[in-house]
Amino acid sequence: MSVVGQSVPRVDGAAKAAGATRYLDDLVFPGMLFGRTIRATIPCGRVTGVHFDFDRTGFTVVDWRDIPGPNAILHVTDDQPCLVQSEVRHAAEPVLLLAHPDRETLWAAQVRLDEERAEPVLDPRRSPRSHKDILIERGDLAAGFAAADVVVEGEYRTGHQEHVYIEPQGIIAVPEEGGGITIHGSIQCPYYVHHALTHLLALPADKVRVVAAELGGGFGGKEDYPSVIAAHAALLAFKARRPVKLVYERAEDMWATTKRHPSIVRHRTGVTKDGRLVAMEIEILLDGGAYVTLSPVVLSRCCLHATGGYRCPNVRIAGRAAFTNSGPNGAFRGFGAPQAQFALEAHMDRVAEALEMDPARLRLRNVLRPGDTMPTGQRMGDDCSAGTVLRQAVRRSGWTRKRRAWQGTDRGIGLALFCHGGGFTGSGEERLASRCTLETTATGVRVLVAATEMGQGSWTVLAQVVADALGVPLEQVAVAVPDTAVVPNSGPTVASRTSMVVGRILERGAKDLKERLGGLAPAEHFRRHGPVSVTTRYEAPPGLSWDEEHYRGDAYATFAWACDVAEVRLDPDTYEARASKLTLVQEFGRPLNPVLALGQIEGGTAQGIGWALTEEVVMREGAMANAQLTNYCIPTTLDTPPMETVVVENPFPHGAFGAKGLGELPMDGPAPAIVNALRHLGLDLREVPATPERVMDAVDRRARPTAGR
Amino acid sequence: MNTPRSGGGARTVAAGPVAFTLNGHAVSVDAHPMARLLDVLREDLGLTGTKEGCGEGECGACTVLLDGAPVCSCLVPLAHARGREVRTIESLGGDHALQRAFVAEGGAQCGACTPGMIMAALALPEHPTRERIRQGLAGNLCRCTGYEAIYRAVERAASETVATPGASAAAEERKP
Ligand code: FES
Ligand code: FES
Repeated sequence: MSVVGQSVPRVDGAAKAAGATRYLDDLVFPGMLFGRTIRATIPCGRVTGVHFDFDRTGFTVVDWRDIPGPNAILHVTDDQPCLVQSEVRHAAEPVLLLAHPDRETLWAAQVRLDEERAEPVLDPRRSPRSHKDILIERGDLAAGFAAADVVVEGEYRTGHQEHVYIEPQGIIAVPEEGGGITIHGSIQCPYYVHHALTHLLALPADKVRVVAAELGGGFGGKEDYPSVIAAHAALLAFKARRPVKLVYERAEDMWATTKRHPSIVRHRTGVTKDGRLVAMEIEILLDGGAYVTLSPVVLSRCCLHATGGYRCPNVRIAGRAAFTNSGPNGAFRGFGAPQAQFALEAHMDRVAEALEMDPARLRLRNVLRPGDTMPTGQRMGDDCSAGTVLRQAVRRSGWTRKRRAWQGTDRGIGLALFCHGGGFTGSGEERLASRCTLETTATGVRVLVAATEMGQGSWTVLAQVVADALGVPLEQVAVAVPDTAVVPNSGPTVASRTSMVVGRILERGAKDLKERLGGLAPAEHFRRHGPVSVTTRYEAPPGLSWDEEHYRGDAYATFAWACDVAEVRLDPDTYEARASKLTLVQEFGRPLNPVLALGQIEGGTAQGIGWALTEEVVMREGAMANAQLTNYCIPTTLDTPPMETVVVENPFPHGAFGAKGLGELPMDGPAPAIVNALRHLGLDLREVPATPERVMDAVDRRARPTAGR
Repeated sequence: MNTPRSGGGARTVAAGPVAFTLNGHAVSVDAHPMARLLDVLREDLGLTGTKEGCGEGECGACTVLLDGAPVCSCLVPLAHARGREVRTIESLGGDHALQRAFVAEGGAQCGACTPGMIMAALALPEHPTRERIRQGLAGNLCRCTGYEAIYRAVERAASETVATPGASAAAEERKP
């Protein structure tokens, strides 16, 4: 009877396997025009003139003067213009918009911009401006270092990463009678787009309607950037008085949209001879790009994961998200946590090396246990499984034996222990105050939430939660299309919050509804009494507190925990490092649908493998120079090793049916585990992706042990 | 984007209809012979099951079978289909063993790669080894699954099917 915990087939599965799912680009509206964006090519400077080298008959042309409200895309702040007025802050910044009924004519049009280039800031270390600074301190750092027997320092770097959702970004804007606009789009967060458009178009809330189509992947890439595309499509649609489809081709998507923040993280760690961490000083620098967008929040999560799964009495974490003249970096699965834990876990292996200690043993000595506290003072409860996942990973992977046996061969084994906070940081969930609605229908019950389906299985899992909480068969539960005219704001589909947070609100709502129905089945109640609807608001788990100003308290309602063990092989001729197997031990409360959960773990791990080994964004003048799948290489079947997944259950009482956040966790571990496996081969790598060039350098340094230390 | 797309204007000139077999039925399309088969399928013929992921032959989302062999329809000009047999995801009807297995195993997450992936899997030999599946699907990118669930789906379909899951011996030979 119970469906939670069962691998019921996903509700959207059959349509997807049939090719019948309607994605944004599959939609056609009568009289629809095609849109195109003309962009700056300089990283910094001014646009001084525009030349249209084509016959403008039949074209709709939009520039910043066509914007009815403020020329700003509202995210955390409003510093990002919708269209360049004259100042350019990054290459690929949108300047002009064109629309035409015929796509070929549209794309044959030549537009020339007169641009005056100024000297850009491309190195975040030289940036004069911060988007955000954060400081977290605990204990007495000087005393900690004084008590240390060994101090290990190092700097670790990670590069940009491009999302490469297989469906590129796209929006259709449809002007409505009475001056309103409807947006259809491949968007993770319909209410973000709604918020941005009411501001830009100076429209009341009820004149903007945003409908999320099913997404062909998102991974964070469709969290904030769709507001920009929706704004552009809306401006064209208003001016042309026709629907406008604005779909990016792959190259434009890679060139112009957000990426994962590159990071430079410095660690200085004091440790006793027997391996106790006594002082950790961590400096984090993120390249935020040209506008604030989501950088402050990414930096926040990055800082809050900087000490990962370890306890240490004396800590200082200083984080900075710096302005540069590159495209704004944004949300990408993990949201700062992968950068922080890459540095931490690569560094822990260097600490182990300095102590001549087994890396797993060093971790076991310092791993967080219930009762321990994190640097913010957050106390670990029984929901802390750090030690469990670590011990299981060591056992399951044959760690001790392989570690010894592979010494001096072309094979290496490395591990990474990591965690991921579920839901919004700090008091974010309270501020969001998400609402979810359940209503009875002639066939059962309908779930009204803004959670989008981007492949993660949210619609299926939320339906499972409602079915069980209400005590009805799954077939009686339908999930509404996320349409701001229909569904309440249950918050954005980000931050691993859908199962845990939105699911929990629905679980509570379903229990309320069950009482209202007084023992009748929902459809029967509907027949006798007409529709009933119940709207439920977020309630924080009891006992949480957060001080935003001082970064003290409970940063997250709970953490999910995992330990990855990577086995690698080095090709001695090509210097290619290949992952040959990964063992993934993951605790995320309780899997609501094991097949879907496994999909999140394996898929997130593959993205982590790509970030670790092959996905190199080459930046030139602050923009992606290899904006093609030909030379930006995400893992194929041949690059993705077998994965053995072990799910550890530790139900979290305040998540839906015991769930914690899962979506992002698997992204955090593969890169450090792989780099640590390369360290087992004697290769000192402190930067990802570990491309053959970087591996070759490390092989050279191994041959000359004194160099580069 | 600022640069006009290559091939712009190609479809404004028509040069007589191109006839081929589509999912078992004779069709004739009045479009430019250099038009991408992908666009012809999606726009002229309304079969949107075939997806565009890159337009440059790298992702495989647009995979269809041409005389039984998988091709990237974004690279195939309409003229190449003249007189030949084109098969798209729509030909499977939704209840094919591979389609059922993709649902059961979670082989489709966002689904953007799925139609292409299933068409490529159709061209695999009858009971492929894991290694053979990896080789056969190497041209199809999936950003969601890490491929493991896709392998499980293909294996499940193979174990369920006694009859050929759609691959012909000819298709197997034609594969590079
Ligand atoms: S769209 Fe044809 S290979 Fe990517
Ligand atoms: S299921 Fe999303 S790309 Fe494969």
